[in-house]
Amino acid sequence: MFSYIARRLLVAIPTLLILIVLSAVLMHAAPGGPFNSERKLSPEVIANLTAKYGLDQPLWYQIWAYIRDLVLHFDFGPSFKYKDRTVNDIIAQGFPVTLKYGFWSFIIATVLGIVAGVVAAINHNKATDYLVLTIAIVGAVLPGYVLAPIMVLFFTLYLGWLPGGGWEDGEWRYLVMPVLALATGYIASIARLMRSSMLETLNSNFVRTARAKGLPEWKVITGHVMKPALLPILSYLGPVFVGMVTGSVVIDMYFSTGGIGKSFVDSALNRDYSVMLGITLLVGALTILFNLIVDVLYAFIDPKIRY
Amino acid sequence: MVSAQMRAGDLSGITDNFEIKGRSLWADARKRFMANKAAVASLFILIAIALFSILGEPLAAWTHEEIDFDLIGSVETKGMPSFENGHYFGTDDLARDLFARSAQGTRISLMVGFVGTFIAVLVGTVYGAVAGYVGGRTDAVMMRIVDILSAIPYMFVLILLLVMFGRSMFMIFVGIGMLSWLGMARIVRGQTLSLKHKEYIEAARASGVSSWMIILRHILPNLMGVVTVYTTLLIPDMIMAESFISFLGLGVQEPLTSLGALIAEGAKSIVQGSLWQLYFPLAFFVVTLYAFYFVGDGLRDALDPKDR
Amino acid sequence: MAMLEVRNLGVTFATNDGTVTAVNGVNFALERGETLGIVGESGSGKSQLSFAIMGLLAANGTATGSVLFDGQELLNAPPKVINPLRAVKIAMVFQDPMTSLNPYMRVCDQMAEVLIHHKGMSKAHAMAECVRMLDAVKIPDAKGRFRLYPHEFSGGMRQRVMIAMALMCGPDLLIADEPTTALDVTVQAQIMSLLNALQKDFGMATILITHDLGVIAGFCRDVIVLYGGRIMEKAPVEPLFASPAHPYTRGLISAIPRVDTHGETLVTIPGTPPNMLRAPKGCPFAPRCAHAGDDCADSPAPLTQFAPGRLRACHRSLEELA
Repeated sequence: MFSYIARRLLVAIPTLLILIVLSAVLMHAAPGGPFNSERKLSPEVIANLTAKYGLDQPLWYQIWAYIRDLVLHFDFGPSFKYKDRTVNDIIAQGFPVTLKYGFWSFIIATVLGIVAGVVAAINHNKATDYLVLTIAIVGAVLPGYVLAPIMVLFFTLYLGWLPGGGWEDGEWRYLVMPVLALATGYIASIARLMRSSMLETLNSNFVRTARAKGLPEWKVITGHVMKPALLPILSYLGPVFVGMVTGSVVIDMYFSTGGIGKSFVDSALNRDYSVMLGITLLVGALTILFNLIVDVLYAFIDPKIRY
Repeated sequence: MVSAQMRAGDLSGITDNFEIKGRSLWADARKRFMANKAAVASLFILIAIALFSILGEPLAAWTHEEIDFDLIGSVETKGMPSFENGHYFGTDDLARDLFARSAQGTRISLMVGFVGTFIAVLVGTVYGAVAGYVGGRTDAVMMRIVDILSAIPYMFVLILLLVMFGRSMFMIFVGIGMLSWLGMARIVRGQTLSLKHKEYIEAARASGVSSWMIILRHILPNLMGVVTVYTTLLIPDMIMAESFISFLGLGVQEPLTSLGALIAEGAKSIVQGSLWQLYFPLAFFVVTLYAFYFVGDGLRDALDPKDR
Repeated sequence: MAMLEVRNLGVTFATNDGTVTAVNGVNFALERGETLGIVGESGSGKSQLSFAIMGLLAANGTATGSVLFDGQELLNAPPKVINPLRAVKIAMVFQDPMTSLNPYMRVCDQMAEVLIHHKGMSKAHAMAECVRMLDAVKIPDAKGRFRLYPHEFSGGMRQRVMIAMALMCGPDLLIADEPTTALDVTVQAQIMSLLNALQKDFGMATILITHDLGVIAGFCRDVIVLYGGRIMEKAPVEPLFASPAHPYTRGLISAIPRVDTHGETLVTIPGTPPNMLRAPKGCPFAPRCAHAGDDCADSPAPLTQFAPGRLRACHRSLEELA
């Protein structure tokens, strides 16, 4: 098992390196430097700034220095836009927020999605099944940026139950709408996936064997159906995780939650390349880490996978 | 021990009343698809939406960029849908006709969906088929690359690209297409691997047909089914991705618009009470995506007849 | 009263293309300790017949008629009636040991669960039973291997596990649905001789379902020949092979390849099995039968006794067939 994890980690490192090099090359190739803003800067100022951020060095050196600082000091470098802030500062401010509402939506999406899928599959071709399926399809085509304003309209303006935005250290009333807006689409897709994988498992020969043993249906389902039916969900959790972080862009814009998504959009609008690159790398690294965890879990559950 | 029954089955020179008429896979699939009412209805809805996106603007009383100066400044009170002033869907905040803009926005969204998917199909199918067919080290390296690319946070990179190289239709197509072929490549590779060991492929190889010819003549045609299904499921994904980009204001540039951009504008204006600005584009968006899902589901069931 | 009585059993499936008739008006009875073979081509309904008895039809399947086990109705019985009988009184061995064992569960857990559930045995006790049972089906080093997963066994070994699992509770009736079809020829013979030995040891009644007449000949006392969901002929093994009384049975037996007629063309039955989507009104074999007349296409012949223990369903008399 340990050698398997080690091997997967060894593959993850080149992936990250390629990501860094690609991003650095892109940044270098981008037309117009980071200091081409509205304000005309004098050539001396630009030269000073270029030297300060090391942009006068050859490309390979820039990349090397970036990787060196990242690996040795976990340092993403300074922000190109804000003189007194580093990329680390910006990430440290926004990331915990995203992590908090992302975590809860992740839990809610997974639990509700699985439950809905199981209920639908057990009641295959009955009213409950069609109901779940219909709701799931509705949820799947309603993107967060449509749900968010509708929810604000309903819960804040109409019912007056929940605050329309803000964070307040993640007090629960500020959490509800971001979490729901982020989770809905994933509840829907997990429910659909769970339903079809459950139906496929229910039709498999070994489930017939389990029934032939005279086990009651609930024992057949908990003992024989659930585990194989959950495997496809497990491999879907990687993309769900990425979706939570990507979705934060929308959540932060609508609910002023101030997560990593806001930092990313701000940096995009300000052409603050180092912040964009830092966040992209962080998300990439977390994606790889998350997929690794999923793979290890998978290997745990599926005895046919050897490590 | 060869069973009698196995021999009895395979030498049926004599036609009899009960013989099932030989139908091709595709004819069978078409029949099954046609029996699926939701899928057929969705197909017609899609055709209607496509026609609307092409003919909607010429038929409208206004173009998508004209400003109705009678309404400017009083959109909330006078800009609602009306047949009298020719704004069938009302106007947006700048008093531009929403009917024409919806038609034009739908056109862009469909176009992104189709072009993005086209790139994905083209690159993904060839890549996957080659990796699967050649196998061995080549396959391992090629799929490793796909794995690496999949780990890249796709939306972030797309935003990065659009910010760095400026917003343009071309960049959106390239960006979305570039990152969407990975899933297709994986699926096609898997299918190719299983096709590779079929007898007719072995036969072709044994009779000296070149690898490229085998991929072209034998592998690709047999991948049509799975590719078709995946394609219809990919189009809504592309439309979603574009709408997300447009929502962030990084999509197509004014005065052009897309469904995502229209929805984003509409969503901002609901507080002022001009709900029509959200309803119409949202309706087109949701109905289009639904229709693609149902067509995709219908195709999957038609080509892969299992009771789901 | 017989242990198992199947009366006028019918099985249909609702599919997208229409209703498929898999089994049609099947009657037979089975006494304790007897061995019965059911032979038929693929699609003759033989597997669905066994699933109907066990209540294991797919969700779109409907069973009609009656199946009495020790006088108790099994057909469409509620779970609380049928579940205590499954594995305890009637057990089943399935066709494909690759997919019929749960790939995500250790072999011992799959086997032990039967005992734990039905007999309330402790886990440790049940595990010991598993090893004993795996020994009985001649799995070498059962003690060392009972904690493995199914994919770590070969095909033949997996089928031995399936058989061991079916015998855990010492059932009165074992239904073996094509137990050797998915296996290599040499392994087939081993499994059949194992089944033969176990049947004698345990003394349970056995229904062996197969498309292979050779397997039937070595194992069963009585044979039912199934075609198009209907019984064509029922007889003890020896007379069935020596003097088959139905044109279909004759075709089947003459189609067995023989070593002594080497060089000649293989005998086949012309035509293909009927499409059960349009279940034939008359005898299902009529379109392929050399002796068929108009009456054969109009109505199926009733299964009638023509000699002690021998039944046939054919409009033509034996003299006409000669």
